[in-house]
Amino acid sequence: MSEAAGPGRENPTDVAVDSAVERAIEKMFYRYAKCLDDDRLEEWPSFFIESGRYVIHPRDNLEAGLEGYWIYCDHRRMIRDRVLSLREANIYNIHYARHLISNVLVLGHDGTAYDVRANFVVMQTDNEGVTHNFSTGEYRARVVFEDDEPKFAENIAVPDTYLVKALIAIPL
Amino acid sequence: MSRSNLPAYGEPWPKSDLTRVPHSVYLDEDIFAAENDRIFRGPTWNYLGLECEIPNPGDFVSSYVGTIPVVLNRAGDGSLHAFVNRCAHRGAMVVREHRGNCDNHTCIYHQWSYDQEGNLVGAPYRKGIKGNGGFPGDFDLADHALEKLRIESYAGVVFGTFDRDMEPLGDYMEKPVRDRMDALCGRPYRVTGYQRQIVEGNWKLYFENVKDCYHGSLLHMFNSNFGFFRSTQRGTSAMTKGGLHSILTTYGKTDEELGDTFKDIATHKPKFTLEDTAVIDVVREHSDGMVTTILTLFPTFVLAQIGNHLGFRHLRPKGRDRFELVWINFEYEDDDDFHREVRRKQGNLLGPSGYLAMEDAEALEIANKAFVGEFGRGTSFIEMGGRESDDQDHLVTEAPIRGFWRGYCDMMGIPFED
Repeated sequence: MSEAAGPGRENPTDVAVDSAVERAIEKMFYRYAKCLDDDRLEEWPSFFIESGRYVIHPRDNLEAGLEGYWIYCDHRRMIRDRVLSLREANIYNIHYARHLISNVLVLGHDGTAYDVRANFVVMQTDNEGVTHNFSTGEYRARVVFEDDEPKFAENIAVPDTYLVKALIAIPL
Repeated sequence: MSRSNLPAYGEPWPKSDLTRVPHSVYLDEDIFAAENDRIFRGPTWNYLGLECEIPNPGDFVSSYVGTIPVVLNRAGDGSLHAFVNRCAHRGAMVVREHRGNCDNHTCIYHQWSYDQEGNLVGAPYRKGIKGNGGFPGDFDLADHALEKLRIESYAGVVFGTFDRDMEPLGDYMEKPVRDRMDALCGRPYRVTGYQRQIVEGNWKLYFENVKDCYHGSLLHMFNSNFGFFRSTQRGTSAMTKGGLHSILTTYGKTDEELGDTFKDIATHKPKFTLEDTAVIDVVREHSDGMVTTILTLFPTFVLAQIGNHLGFRHLRPKGRDRFELVWINFEYEDDDDFHREVRRKQGNLLGPSGYLAMEDAEALEIANKAFVGEFGRGTSFIEMGGRESDDQDHLVTEAPIRGFWRGYCDMMGIPFED
């Protein structure tokens, strides 16, 4: 686990971040949300670099100093595996997902990546048309630029909502 | 609430071979109320927590027995104690945290204070202030302890009972369960994390689910599509305590006894391949080739080894139509980095987002959805593998489900129609 998942790492550098960089990272989060909400799961891995990690680390475990990951993808191949499994094997609740991402903060650059925080709310609308708040929390991300495109070297979703309503299939 | 034409509590069960389950048993208010008295306060050992969660004096964890909030606490002398988490004064929850460490537990409402064994040690103003108020002269702290449970632990897993005449925990488990507990929990272990999910449906739907050999390779298509488990692999189901507890086991597909029987059958070849097969490549840890074990101890405890992933599960009813499932994952203290990473990656198989597990919540919720409208008028048909509820040396059976209902009806005092 990289340090980015740990608590108390809120201001790694004093380097001012270029507003164009901030804007690019913010837009990437919006595209990420839309990709998931449009059920274009096959494109989801492309938001990560090849060594990129995706982890769901619920806040209760994180604050207790425990791993307790809900999802642990140590590199992009495992991220693609999750998409393959969701498409070809798993059965889950019929629903729409809606990711609302805000408060995107680029805290600085640690020499290899931008350290980024963003809040999320994921709403689900079920098979009877009823919408509920499925999960809320924070992304703790490390973002690098690959061919001028921002990509996740790491995106750790830290849901405050540590009681999962039924199951979690579509990624946070 | 108007009742179905099938058993409400006290009315007979349709068939004594337990091949029918009236859906009202998942919905009836009286049955749910009776379960509290006959099962959770009855002759059962209930999972409370793990010794490794509370290694130090003063450490505690909050838990539940059925819907009853309880606290498991290690006292200053190292001894373990459990008590109902409900203030003797006005009934508020005394301990609000999931876990922690303290000398005394003080209820926030009126600051009644209890020691690590649940004894009342302080009640403010009990002698009054300047001659005013105070409790009557016969007030005695000793009369107002929190309700205590009897506890015992096995392989570091702590269970509690309200039944003072309860047989010892080891006898309750019986030998096959003890042997599996020894095999999986016989080395020092530690918790790696918790996962919690809430499911709309009666708690018994889940207990049946973890005894249901039939659904494993059908509902959980990951098994066959990615080659983790095939129905042709060797498996066994065994029961103890008259069917209340069960052990489902599968063995590795490389066992010599399997031979070449199935190698040319195309449908048994996985359709898809993971890019990172560490998630499904089981590192052999048991000399008998055991690949998965799902052990259930009535009423609410599960111990599961799925490949190299290790975890306890605690089932917590939240009313008759909802339950919480807490997954308590663990690793051995002497695991090296390799085994730790294998378990971490195979963690993707289990829990509310597990490749092999997410479907269960959906299956149980749609069952509940279909039952609820007619107050449980229908019945389930449970005849896979015959009508017996004996141990089987295969997994093409629902025998452990029949065994469970036999034990359940017996404990609940539900008679049979035939």
